[in-house]
Parts: sequence; C-alpha cells; structure tokens
Amino acid sequence: MSGRDDSRDSTESVIEVRGLVNRFGDHVVHDGLDLTLAKGEILGVVGGSGTGKSVLLRSIVGLKRPSQGDIEVLGTNLSTLDDAERSRVDRRFGVLFQQGALFSSLNLQENVALPLIEHAGLARDDAEYLARIKLSLVGLSPEAALQSPESLSGGMIKRAALARALALDPDILFLDEPTAGLDPIGAAAFDQLIKTLRDALGFSVFLVTHDLDTLNAACDRVAVLSQKRVLVADTLDKVARTDDEWVQEYFNGPRGRAAASSSDRE
Amino acid sequence: MPKEWVTREGESLSLTGEWTLEHYAKLKKALTGYANERDLQVSLEAFDRLDTAGAALIVDLVGVERAQAINDWAGHLPEAQQALIKRIAEAMEGSLTPDTATPNRLTLMLASIGEHMEGLWHQQRQLLGFVGLVLATLVPVMIAPRRWRLTATVAHIQQSGLNAVPIVILLTFMVGAVVAFLGATVLEDFGATVYTIDLVAFSFLREFGVLLAAILLAGRTASAFTAQLGAMKSNEEIDALKAFGLDPIELLVLPRVMAMLVSLPLLAFVGMLSGLVGGAMVATLSLDISLGQFMNTLQKDVSVTHFLVGLAKAPIFAFVIAVIGCLEGFKVAGSAQSVGAHTTSSVVQSIFMVILIDALAALFFMEMGW
Repeated sequence: MSGRDDSRDSTESVIEVRGLVNRFGDHVVHDGLDLTLAKGEILGVVGGSGTGKSVLLRSIVGLKRPSQGDIEVLGTNLSTLDDAERSRVDRRFGVLFQQGALFSSLNLQENVALPLIEHAGLARDDAEYLARIKLSLVGLSPEAALQSPESLSGGMIKRAALARALALDPDILFLDEPTAGLDPIGAAAFDQLIKTLRDALGFSVFLVTHDLDTLNAACDRVAVLSQKRVLVADTLDKVARTDDEWVQEYFNGPRGRAAASSSDRE
Repeated sequence: MPKEWVTREGESLSLTGEWTLEHYAKLKKALTGYANERDLQVSLEAFDRLDTAGAALIVDLVGVERAQAINDWAGHLPEAQQALIKRIAEAMEGSLTPDTATPNRLTLMLASIGEHMEGLWHQQRQLLGFVGLVLATLVPVMIAPRRWRLTATVAHIQQSGLNAVPIVILLTFMVGAVVAFLGATVLEDFGATVYTIDLVAFSFLREFGVLLAAILLAGRTASAFTAQLGAMKSNEEIDALKAFGLDPIELLVLPRVMAMLVSLPLLAFVGMLSGLVGGAMVATLSLDISLGQFMNTLQKDVSVTHFLVGLAKAPIFAFVIAVIGCLEGFKVAGSAQSVGAHTTSSVVQSIFMVILIDALAALFFMEMGW
C-alpha cells in the first residue's frame, strides 16, 4: 500500500524513464526518451498528435513492452520483474483511460469495489461502503453509485473512472486526456478535483493532455514530447520560453495566450 | 509491523500504527463495540501510515463533525494526514446509503411477468411496423433501377450466400444420410426398404432443404446483420446518415434483404440436392438400391410440386430473417453489451419465426392438397 509520507520531498522520484525506445515495425515513436516524475507532483505531458504520449503512458503502466530502455517505478526496474511482482507494482498505479473504460456490466459502485475485493480481499459490504466514499470523494451521489455506466454523461464517467483509479490508494495516478470531451466548467472542476485530491492523498500524477487550461490550472511541471524524446520538462513559464517552433506555436498561439491570460486573471 | 492499532485505557481510546486498506478487516474488527460509545475520548497517536480506508474508519468512529474539526484536537498529526481525514469526512457528510425500497417478492415477480408480456407484445408490433417500413421503401426502389445498390447487394450475397455454401452442403448431406438410415431401419420390417427413396426425397424437397438452410442463415447471417448495424448504431453512423437526409432503410436494410432473397432460395436448392445425394449414398452403399433405381424412383414417384412447395417458402424465410436481423441491429443502444444481447435475441427470434412459419405453411399446403 501507499507510503503516505508527510514530507513531500520534491527531489525524490517515483518514475524514472531512461533511454526509452519504442518502435512499431520501422516506425520509431520514442528514441532515447528520458523523463522523471517526482513524488507528489502533477506532471503534464503534452505533444502534437502522434508524438507518442499515450504510448509513453502505456509503456510505463506496462500495457506495452518497450523496445529498449529502462523504466524504474518506485525504485524497481520494471523489466526485471516477474508476473507476480509486476502485479504488486501495478496495484500502486491508478489509471484513468481516455474513454473511462468503466466495466459496462457493473454499476459504478461495483466498478470501484472490484479492485478492493480482488486485490485487498475486502468483504463485499465493506468494499461497497468504501466505494461509495470514493465516489462521494469525486462528487458522485450514492444514488449515482447504483447506475450503470451507459446511463451516465461524459463528465460523470470521468469522475467515476477517477474514483476507480483511486480505489486502491495508488501512489501514482495516470490520467489520459482527463478533460477531453468535457465542457469548460466540467473540465475546470475536474482540474480542481485532481489538485485537491493530490493535496489530501499525496499521490503523483502523470497527466497526458491537450488542454492548455489544465496545464495552467493543475500542473506543477510540463513535459513536451517532440522529436521522439522529451524536448523539455520544467515549469510552465520556462517551458513556454523554450526556443522551439512547436512549443512556441503551442503555448504562444492564440489559444495558448488565451489560456495563459485567463489563468493570470484568476 | 505494529499489531496494536487500538488501546483502551478507561474512557479513552488511542489509535496508532498502520491504518491502511490491507488491514481494513482487522481494523474494523478491532473497532467493533466502540462505535456506539459516543462519550469515549479518542486520541490519535502518530500513524505510521494512513490511507483513505483507514481515514474512513476513523471518521466512522469519531463522527463527521469531530473529524472535520480535526485541527482542534489532533493538531500534532502531520498536516497531510489531517487534510486526508478532513477530506474523507467531507465526502462522508450526508447519507452514503442510497434509498432503495425493496418491494415485495410476489409483486416483483408479477411485475416481471407483466414486463415480459408487454415486451413481447411491443416486440411483435415493432416487427410488424418494421416489415411495413421495409416494404414501403422496397416498392419505390424496385421501380427505379437507378436506386438499386448493386455493389452492396452483391457483397452481401457473397457473405451470406456464397460463403455459406460449404456448411449448407455438409449439413444437409449428413442429415440426408441420417434420414435414409433411419427410414431404412423402420421400413425394413415391412419389407418396404425401397420407400426410403421416397422418404428422403419428400422430406428434403418439401421441408429439410429449405428449413436447414434457413436455420443456418438465421444463425449465421441474422447475427451478422445485427452486429453490423448495432456497431454502426452505437458509433452514431446511422444518425450521421439520417443527418445527411439519407434513408438508412434504403442504404443499409434493403441491400441485406435483397441479398437474402437471392441467397436463401439458392442455398435451399443446394441443400435439397445435397440431402438427396446423402440419401443416395446410403441407399447405394448399404441398402442394395442401385443409383439407377434411385433416380428412376425419384423421377416416377416424386412430382415437381414438392420441389416448388419447398422452394416457395424460401423467400418468406429470407425476408423474415433479414428483417429481424436488421431490426435488432437498430434497437442496439449504447454499449457493447447491448450489441451482444440484441444479437442473441435476433438469432433466437429468427429461428423461432422460421419454424413457426414452416409449421403454418405445412398445415396450409396439406389442406390445399399440394
């Protein structure tokens, strides 16, 4: 389970990616990519379409085996682990998939309770009680807890998926485009939710996004994926000053400026 | 690992150790009995580890209000742990149990029966409505050859007709052989083995050829139609067509119906032939009936009416199967689970309808003396 240490030491890293190479046939997606995620931070990962943001996420989570390179998570190198050890590490991850990926045959409460029953070995009643607390934590009512995923709106699906990702109190939360498809109000509320939960629960967040407002509102650091590696990873201000065509276009284009100025006004 | 989570001294209870999910069951047990003693003094010593599950237990013990005022009475805890308990207390404010009235079991059963009956009635009405819709679209399209979608129709003929030929041949061949064996065994007692030929011919021309082909297509093609249209429906492709002002019935359903109207009679014919061949094989190999005798009897005893009676049913079956498959596809709503449910329903319905219509047709033809 999570070591909920009180000192949020920013120098301690929970994920360390070194020299990652990912290939699909002849197509090289990552070539010698390095990235660090510090404990307790929210790292936004941005990049144009096809720069391999989701592939990076899938490599770290273990859904894709990297062609080359090392990924160290919480002090252990993933490539050296056998299946049982791997599963123990996986339990310390919480993943929110882009479409929510809620199990459609279960209602929300059962969705969140599933990992609690399977991994933590809780009795069904206890697991469902904790599941309702988790759902309430992300702002879903106990009535919604009995609904099935297909009857929910996009925003509610994202919230429920977040509650499920948080079920086992993960140390690292992976979010794949969490605000895509949400209206601006819902997206802003989601950014805020992730921040408050991070402050209360102390996990680290690996956040893949296209949303400039999310970068402004929630992220401590921003990593830019470009030219098959991490071009720069730093605070938003410093990243925005990087001398690169894509970065300039992205952060200082019309939408980037609008997002930056709206966050200044706050 | 510290085992002592809860220690009691007089009226005060002190909590310490690892309050995490992995110890949840034991922690809960350690706390039983204390929850009702409201005047108990709870003091939180240092926690080695604390997560949401542990925090939830603590909030349960001390109550939401006290937990929210945690800064006042447990200020010595690290700030992150205080924040966690406070956040969980906020989440646990208000009722967590959804109000679900559990109705009487008998009423529940009656309601379920009623629901099913109503569903059945509704389903039949929908089917009739859809049949009407398809026919109403079919007629204007038929008289305007420009609107025939030949490519799509031919593609569906290939998928549902041509590709099904091997399985239809195999199945009817084997059933033909079985019927011949069975007939020979029974007829031998009456010294009428030779009538096996009539048995095979009658049963395959009138019933089995078309029925077996139809049941195979109901399983093979109705399910495919439902899954195809269902996936399109859940992907909003059908809405996209409608938004362009295009008619999904004309574009999607008619080519499938036309393809089935062509495929099934041909497959039924293939099935009849193959069943006869199966019967002939058994007759020549184990019943001492020569092939010449078989053909002779076939020509002499069996009139072409039987063949026509059998084949006449094929277009009706084809239409019913295609329409049910497409209708169930259109009924898909939302998830992948719904696609599965409707695919099952389309196969069950179309097989049921095929057999029902076949029974009615048998009665009708018998009364007519055909």
